[in-house]
Amino acid sequence: MRMRTIEISVGAFMLAGLLALVFLAVRVSGINVGTPADTYTLTARFDDVAGLTVRAKVSMAGVVVGRVTAVNVDAEYGQAIVTMAIDQGIGRLSVDTGAKILTEGILGGRYIGLSPGGAEEHLVDGDEITDTQGAFVLENLIGELVTRMGDS
Amino acid sequence: MLRWLRRLGQEALARIATFGRAGEVCFRALWGVPGWRDLPLLWKQIYQVGVLSVVIIVLSAFSIGAVLALQGYTQLARFSAEESVGLGLALVLLRELGPVVTALLFAGRAGSAVTAEIGLMKATDQLSSMEMMGVDPLRRIIAPRLWAGFIALPILTLLFNMVGIWGGALVGVDWLGIDAGAFWAGMQDGVDIGEDLGKGTAKSLVFAVIISWIAVFEGYDAVPTAEGISVATTNTVVYSSVAVLAIDFILTLVMYGDFN
Repeated sequence: MRMRTIEISVGAFMLAGLLALVFLAVRVSGINVGTPADTYTLTARFDDVAGLTVRAKVSMAGVVVGRVTAVNVDAEYGQAIVTMAIDQGIGRLSVDTGAKILTEGILGGRYIGLSPGGAEEHLVDGDEITDTQGAFVLENLIGELVTRMGDS
Repeated sequence: MLRWLRRLGQEALARIATFGRAGEVCFRALWGVPGWRDLPLLWKQIYQVGVLSVVIIVLSAFSIGAVLALQGYTQLARFSAEESVGLGLALVLLRELGPVVTALLFAGRAGSAVTAEIGLMKATDQLSSMEMMGVDPLRRIIAPRLWAGFIALPILTLLFNMVGIWGGALVGVDWLGIDAGAFWAGMQDGVDIGEDLGKGTAKSLVFAVIISWIAVFEGYDAVPTAEGISVATTNTVVYSSVAVLAIDFILTLVMYGDFN
């Protein structure tokens, strides 16, 4: 009888641990099962991504439509190549869709904003967004301002 | 001068010998992996060190989660960034406070008990009479306690993290009025399953090995008197706590230290 209670409580203890693991994985880390199937990949080249990171948002009109999956640098052209996974469910994007690096709040993280285009053709898996605009970097702007003031 | 040098040498040799004995005890205990026949012993020990620690873990986790949310809120509200409380809470708990605080509580609650129990067994000659009967005390007494610690502490850490986040959510969302959607979404955006949950749990596994090892060895190696047991129990708590904190720094450096 005594051994029985011990075994039952140990079983409950291990079950509680398992439940905690599931809670931490699903509710806290927010893993979603089976997404790879319903996204497609687009790439874009930017002059400056200013610290854009993997898992950053890709949004359109303020709605999250995808995630950044990789950020690489092309040393030859001095450009950043951003790879992103776009949700299949949002419908197709036209080939002249624009991509812009934006900042969330004043101190917030960087994300990519997509602006719609008007062309007939659509972007498919693996295509590149050509109409891009890099991040707004405060230092560059100040630097430019200082040079112009020096000139005048 | 020479006497002083000799004392130093003796001291160093004694320390090294202690480490050697500790390694031997651990190795010989683990070598006899508990067979199916020994499982009831293991359940009993998991009950002792794990199930009976749940109450203190849950209470501490709840208080710590609630305090973190409260402190985080008062500071972040100045920048109107209250939504980040959830993310900060989850990262702090999963990466640092969860594994470390659970390990410290575990050392005090379970490690000391294991040391005292084994030490008393030694003082009352139970260990030597087992040897007389041809039962290996390392397999029968030490091994189940080691394995129970290895299994129980990671589970306790997971419980600690869950309850801590829940306590923080209770204070942050239900009491202080942070938007529930922003609270959980911010957390899910920033927390990575491998980077945060996985590495935190790996830390707790390392702590489990250290604490269980120190606890059983201090008991096994205790001077078999009332005073010796009290010294051994104190040593377990002190050594485990210091080792956990020091090794946590090294682990953090190795796991998250690639600053580039």
